[in-house]
Amino acid sequence: MAEAAKIHDPAASGTVLKVAGLKRYFDVSAPWLNRVLERQPRQILKAVDGIDLEIARGETFGLVGESGCGKSTVARLIVGLHGPTAGSIELEGRNIAGLSRKQMAPVRRRLQMIFQDPYASLNPRWRVRDIVAEPIRAFGLASDKAAVERRVGELLEQVRLNPRDGEKFPHEFSGGQRQRISIARALASNPEFLVCDEPTSALDVSVQAQILNLMRDLQRDLGLTYLFISHNLAVVYHISNRVGVMYLGKMVEQAPSRTLFTTPRHPYTRLLLDTIPDLDMTGRERTPVGGEVPNPINPPTGCSFHPRCPFANERCRVESPRALAMPGNATVACHGVEEGRVPEEPVLAAPAVPEGLGGSVHDG
Amino acid sequence: MAMANPLLQVRNLVVEFPTRRGTLTAVDDISFDIAEGEVLGVVGESGAGKSMTGAAVIGLLEPPGRIASGEVLLEGRRIDNLPYEKMRRIRGKEIGAIFQDPLTSLNPLYSIGRQLTETIMTHTDMTPTQARARAVELLAEVGIPAPERRVDQYPHQFSGGMRQRVVIALALCVNPRLIIADEPTTALDVSIQAQIIALLKRLCREHGTAVMLVTHDMGVIAETADRVAVMYAGRIAEIGPVREVIKNAKHPYTHGLMGSIPAIGHDADRLEQIPGSMPRLTDIPPGCAFNPRCLHAFDRCRRDRPELIAVDDGQVSCWLYDTAAGRTTAEAKAIVASRSGTAMERADG
Amino acid sequence: MADAHTSAPGLLDPLRRFLDGDVWASFKRSPVTVGAAAVTLLYFLAAAFGPWVAPHDPFDLAKLDLLDSLIPPAWMADGDPRFLLGTDDQGRDMLSAIIYGSRVSLLIGFASVLLSMVLGIALGLLSGFVGGAVDAFIMRMAEIQLSFPAILVALLINGVVIGYFKTHPEWQVDQVTLAYVVLVLSIGLSNWVQYARTVRGSTLVERGKEYVQAAHVIGIHPAKIMLRHILPNVMGPVLVIATIQLALAVIAEATLSFLGVGVPPTEPSLGTLIRVGNDYLFSGEWWITIFPGAALAILVLAVNLLGDWLRDALNPKLR
Repeated sequence: MAEAAKIHDPAASGTVLKVAGLKRYFDVSAPWLNRVLERQPRQILKAVDGIDLEIARGETFGLVGESGCGKSTVARLIVGLHGPTAGSIELEGRNIAGLSRKQMAPVRRRLQMIFQDPYASLNPRWRVRDIVAEPIRAFGLASDKAAVERRVGELLEQVRLNPRDGEKFPHEFSGGQRQRISIARALASNPEFLVCDEPTSALDVSVQAQILNLMRDLQRDLGLTYLFISHNLAVVYHISNRVGVMYLGKMVEQAPSRTLFTTPRHPYTRLLLDTIPDLDMTGRERTPVGGEVPNPINPPTGCSFHPRCPFANERCRVESPRALAMPGNATVACHGVEEGRVPEEPVLAAPAVPEGLGGSVHDG
Repeated sequence: MAMANPLLQVRNLVVEFPTRRGTLTAVDDISFDIAEGEVLGVVGESGAGKSMTGAAVIGLLEPPGRIASGEVLLEGRRIDNLPYEKMRRIRGKEIGAIFQDPLTSLNPLYSIGRQLTETIMTHTDMTPTQARARAVELLAEVGIPAPERRVDQYPHQFSGGMRQRVVIALALCVNPRLIIADEPTTALDVSIQAQIIALLKRLCREHGTAVMLVTHDMGVIAETADRVAVMYAGRIAEIGPVREVIKNAKHPYTHGLMGSIPAIGHDADRLEQIPGSMPRLTDIPPGCAFNPRCLHAFDRCRRDRPELIAVDDGQVSCWLYDTAAGRTTAEAKAIVASRSGTAMERADG
Repeated sequence: MADAHTSAPGLLDPLRRFLDGDVWASFKRSPVTVGAAAVTLLYFLAAAFGPWVAPHDPFDLAKLDLLDSLIPPAWMADGDPRFLLGTDDQGRDMLSAIIYGSRVSLLIGFASVLLSMVLGIALGLLSGFVGGAVDAFIMRMAEIQLSFPAILVALLINGVVIGYFKTHPEWQVDQVTLAYVVLVLSIGLSNWVQYARTVRGSTLVERGKEYVQAAHVIGIHPAKIMLRHILPNVMGPVLVIATIQLALAVIAEATLSFLGVGVPPTEPSLGTLIRVGNDYLFSGEWWITIFPGAALAILVLAVNLLGDWLRDALNPKLR
């Protein structure tokens, strides 16, 4: 990580995105008739259940968690693909939660998204130039056809593609190149804030490195702010200034990247860090934490992590923990940490050892 | 690296795919051995031919793919040219298989107990009662809680991680000598992944089973394998002890690959990146398949295909290590390690 | 986004990729398909250029001669070389009648397929994209319609439309045009369901894909997303259905005409010819019904073979 990028004073540059008490519930009940006949209650999936986060300009906020933890729902809520059940999303001080398509229009230009699957995120029947030009035309950012063409060429070059590639169709490109096209489209409207939902998860490691480097360069050149969602901890560590860990719709811990990875406080964060395969594990028997992520439709009472937590006690089983401000600009939602039941233990002894090999793993 | 008594020997294996636009060579003349009880990792990026190699060994290549030449020997017997029935028996009894998606390996219509007992009874002469007892025992062994109860449940009643445990139990049913595991943890969540890796390692050690672990995930390899073969464009770039390959990569491709993996605790502004991308099977360059992306390529690399050259405890297919060129191994390693990485910023492809 | 430059994707590209890709290759590989295509093409050409290729004009009353009636095919003892396939009771040349009849049959077939396709695609797209109550309503309608045999629905619509035009003489349609319109409406309206269900299914899949989400994030109007993003991507299966439906529509027209509610005998379709000829089957003049019947069977078979091949060729799992 660039020290220059890491040490970023949020106060000086201001907050770009502020999310408070964000909730999104999905009704996953059976159809009405079945419910009545089978006497089933309504089933509510609390995909996102009260998330707070703040992202400063020029910063990358990493959001990690396993499949079903709600991180992708957060991304979709922020860009307006879902309406929130409760809570606020402020982009540069303006609440955009639950705005209609029309009201959202002026904001959209500044807020774009990069998707996970480079094979599904580009319309297979459109030429690349039309794909990249779509936002330019939609926002009326170019006066005439020649200007659109010029801008498309510029954008393709910006993502290190050849402007002539615009003539081709998506299926003529590799996964990494498609992800570049996807990035070019996201940049077409000169956004300030990019929501990146697992942008490298579908890519091979060497291609992932190219895309991560590209995103880094673009951030530096264009002053972009990223919300970077991934299940890959090493990637998140590499790209993020600040990291939030989600578990079953809740934010369990949030801290500056290095703090989170060197001194994780929440037991779940520790579990996650412990699962990263790493070279020093060769020959050593590991004791993986048992249990699996519970069904989010019926999450455990109290702290939803308590069935897997070695430090859980009676309070954890009943009372849901609230986010607790910790020294070093961090928050953690854990009764055990609050009460001092969870011992402090740094996971990485020295932070600058190039040992940990990131698990480039796919979730569900 | 000649092994005294390898369990599995793959000799000059070539796998081809006839297509409308000509025959594609997905696996191009590769050789390797697996010793008894050894875990060999086969790693590579998508399209490197690693899954194809696994499928060829176990005789499950999907048509029109076929073994064009070469041999696969299990304990010295050729198994690549066996008729379907014979191969099927070997697959059940001597070679087990674990695939990426546990759901496709399990029949959704039968309880897992039935699937386990059926497999056990096909390959042993146990009675149904014995087979069922063995099934429960196996489920317990792969860490499924309350196996007596769960043995009668159906695949959909298990979570992804539990299903993969069932598949492992199914593969272990008849104590095979070798297990081919193709991306066994890729479909799983990180925390579950660690459990499955630990399980696989423990079982193989206890049963003395050899494993050919095919994956794109260096982390999984690092943690599980004894030796690792790095594949690139259908060929083996490098093969050797896992620690050697990861910490001290000899092939420029392996070296670049390792550098491109982000690591926790390693603060770098940019990741090392290999320019370009792996060639499609339709246009593999002459000579070394990696030469257009290689920082150290010279004339010979563009002309002749390198064979595996023994270096230290492993083998590497790179002309830099050709002793006839009068370069010492140490010098070659220094060249590979000296990648500058500047001016190599280019789009993949 | 109105310039021609942007409207090109989605219209011409499928054709271009069709010729470029595996579909064309699989076509060339299958001799049955090539044969079926040749036969179909022959019918189309005969239909299109009927008046020029037919040896006689069977509907020019001035040229009909009752002395020529009921002549058997040319190769039989009483045959007449002028009439290759013989003549009917009014002295009309059967070959010419079949060519003219194919013209009518194909015209009605195409028009009704077009109608049901447009209707089905529109309703299916709407149903899948909007969802909710709209979806429920359209799909229940489809199910109700599906619970009746298509030909029954066609007969019902036929009756309603004829009734409508009878009580509304201000339309002033002549007998033949009315018959055509009624046939197209009744066949077209009774066959939209299959398109709608297929398109709805594909729409549900496409709607969830990330490129559609990307368009939403850009703020593209939903109607535009539906037409410009989703529509081109759900058209593949529709083409397959349309091909098979063309054969079915030709049969439906023949059935309706056979039942006497179709095209009048003065301008007969294949179905009408079969019905008229049917009366002569037992009096020995078999050619009056067998040849139109064979012509219909061959046409339907050829189009069906094409449809089957197209379905397999477009199915990536079978490729």
